[in-house]
Amino acid sequence: MRTKLLALAAALLPVAALAAGGGAHLDKANVDVGNRASLQRGAANFVNYCLGCHSAQYVRYNRVAADLGITDQQLIDNLMFTGERPHDTMRIAINADHAKRWFGVVPPDLSLIARSRGADYIYTFLRSFYADPARATGSNNLVLPGTAMPHVLWELQGVQEAVWEGHVDAAGNAQRHFKEFTLATPGKLTPEQYDGFVRDTVNFLEYMAEPAQLKRRALGFPVIAFLIFFTLLAWALKKEFWKDVR
Amino acid sequence: MMGSTSQSASGGGGRLGALTAWIDDRFPMTALWKSQVSEYYAPKNMNFWYFFGSLAMLVLVLQIVTGIFLTMNYKPSAADAFGSVEYIMRDVEWGWLIRYMHSTGASAFFIVVYLHMFRALLYGSYQKPRELLWIFGMLIYLVLMGEAFFGYLLPWGNMSYWGAQVIVSLFGAVPVVGDSLMEWIRGDFFISDITLNRFFAMHVIALPLVLVFLVIAHLMALHEVGSNNPDGVDIKKVKGPDGIPLDGIAFHPYYTVKDLIGVGVFLILFSLVIFFAPTMGGYFLEYANFEPANPLQTPPHIAPVWYFTPFYAILRAVPSKSLGAALMGLAVVLFLFLPWLDRGKVKSIRYRGPLFKFFLVSFTISFVVLGWLGLQPVTPLFTNLARLFAVVYFAFFLLMPWYTTIDKTKPVPTRVTYHAH
Repeated sequence: MRTKLLALAAALLPVAALAAGGGAHLDKANVDVGNRASLQRGAANFVNYCLGCHSAQYVRYNRVAADLGITDQQLIDNLMFTGERPHDTMRIAINADHAKRWFGVVPPDLSLIARSRGADYIYTFLRSFYADPARATGSNNLVLPGTAMPHVLWELQGVQEAVWEGHVDAAGNAQRHFKEFTLATPGKLTPEQYDGFVRDTVNFLEYMAEPAQLKRRALGFPVIAFLIFFTLLAWALKKEFWKDVR
Repeated sequence: MMGSTSQSASGGGGRLGALTAWIDDRFPMTALWKSQVSEYYAPKNMNFWYFFGSLAMLVLVLQIVTGIFLTMNYKPSAADAFGSVEYIMRDVEWGWLIRYMHSTGASAFFIVVYLHMFRALLYGSYQKPRELLWIFGMLIYLVLMGEAFFGYLLPWGNMSYWGAQVIVSLFGAVPVVGDSLMEWIRGDFFISDITLNRFFAMHVIALPLVLVFLVIAHLMALHEVGSNNPDGVDIKKVKGPDGIPLDGIAFHPYYTVKDLIGVGVFLILFSLVIFFAPTMGGYFLEYANFEPANPLQTPPHIAPVWYFTPFYAILRAVPSKSLGAALMGLAVVLFLFLPWLDRGKVKSIRYRGPLFKFFLVSFTISFVVLGWLGLQPVTPLFTNLARLFAVVYFAFFLLMPWYTTIDKTKPVPTRVTYHAH
C-alpha cells in the first residue's frame, strides 16, 4: 500500500509542475502598494500613457488623490487634462465602436486588471513587446501573442527584437523557442529605468484594483489583537465555569 | 449550582421580575429558555468537533446581516451588477469589509458545515434516534449549495457567468425535458438579465427563509433526542435522582462559555482571511471573476468554487454527461441514506472496528483528492485518478451495510469518558 502511494505521488509530481508552468514565463513585479512615491509616479505614468485608450471607470480622481497624499490642486494640475471634475471617475473619450474599428477590440477597462491578471502578468507584458513587421502595429508581444495593443511605450523603452532558437521536433516540424530580447534601438530610458517605470505603473494598477487594501492590512492587526484577547478571556471564563464539572 | 443559572431568566424579583412574570403569563419565555438552554443537558465530554454546530449558526447570522447591507447597495441587473459590486468595494463606507465578510463567509460556511458533517460520521451522530436530525441537516446542506450557487452569479463576473452556465447545463442532462428545464431555470435562452434577477430573488429571500426554518427544525430535533457525544453513549440511560443525566451538564453556562472559545478562534482565522488574503489565492474569490461577464469569451479555465469541486470531479470523470450528472447527484444524495446504510451496533469511531475506520479514512482522502482534482484542468491522468477516487467515494456508502455488519466492534461503556481538568 505504502509503495503504491509513493509511486502515485511520484507520478503526480511532474504533472503538477507542468500544470503550474503553462503559458509564457512571468517575471516578478515585486510591487509594493505601501510605497507612496512609487504610486504617485505610477499614477502620473497611468494618466499620461494608458488613460488615452484605457478607462478606469470605477476609479475616482479625488479618491486617488486622497489615498496617494496629493492635494486637489496637485491632482488637477498634474493628473487631470480634459476638464473632468475631481469626483469624476477615470473615463475616456474613445467611442467603443470606433475603438473596435481601429484596434479590432475595445481596449479593456483597467480598474481591475491587476486583480484579474495579476501584477506579474502586466509587468512582464509591458516589457515583452518586440518588433514584428508582420503585425499592423509593427510590434508583437511574447506574453500575449498577436495583441492588438501597439507598443505605446516604445519611445521610453526603445525597440526590442526577439531572438529565437530553432529545432526540429520528433514529427519533423520546425519549432522555435524564444531565447532573448536584444535592444535594437535604445529609448529615452535605460533598461533599468524602464523596468522601474513599468514597476511604478503596475504598482498603481495594483493599488487601483483594490484601493481598500491600503486600509485593510492596517486594520487587520488591531482586530486580530482584540480577538486574541477575547479568546483568552473566553478560555479563562470557560476554565472557571468548568471547575465544577467532574 | 445548575438551578442557580436560570435565576436571571426566571426573574429575581423587583421590576424586572414583574416584567418577566408579565411576559411568562402570555408567552413561554422562561419555559423556553429553561427547556432549550439553561436546562438542556448536553454530554459533558463533547470535544473539538462539537464547535462547528454553533459556528455554523454564527456564520449563518453573519451572512444574513452582511447580506442585508450588501442588498442595500447592490443592483441586480446585467448592466449594473458588476459596477455596483465595485461601488460597494470602493465608495460605500466599509463596503469592502462587508463584501469580504460575505464572500469569505460563503467559504467559511462550507468549511464549518463539512467539519460538522464529518463529526457526525466520526461519532455515528446520524444513527437511531437521530435520523430526522441528520436529514434536516442534509437538507440544510442542499439548500446551502443552492444558496451558494445562486449567490455566485450575483457579482456578474465572467466566472459567475460561465460557472452558472456550466451548472445550469447539467439540468440539460435530464432525459426528454432537459432543454425545457434549462430554459425554465434561466427564464431565457441563455444566462441573462432575467436569470440574474430570479437568482437574486432566490438568493436573498427564498432560500434564506427555507434555511432558517430548516435550522429551527434541526435544533428542535436535536433538543428532542439530545446531543450525541464522542463515546456515542446515550446519557439519558443513567440519570440521577433529580432526573438529570449523570453525564449531562446544562448547555448554559457550560457550553455557551465553551463555544465562545470556538467563536474566538474561528473569528481570528476568519479575520486573517478577510484582512490579509480576501481572495485566498483565487480559491474564495476567483481571479477571472474580476472581469465582467462576457457571453462571448469563456475564462481560460472554468472551475466551480472549491466547495463544489469534489462533486464536479465525479461529474467530469464519467464520459457520459447524463450518467455523470446522475452520479454527481447520487454522491450528494447518498448522505441522506446513511442512517439506514449503517448497520453498526456502535456509534462512535472509538468503538468501531478496523473496517469502518479503513473505509472512513479512505472516504475522507477521496473527498479531499476529488476536491483538488475538480480544481485542476482535465488531463488523462487526472481523469483516471478521479475515477479511482470516485469508486472509493461510492464504496464508503454502498459497501457500508456489509462492512458495518461484519466489523469487529469494541464494547461500549455505560458512562462517557471524561477527565476533569
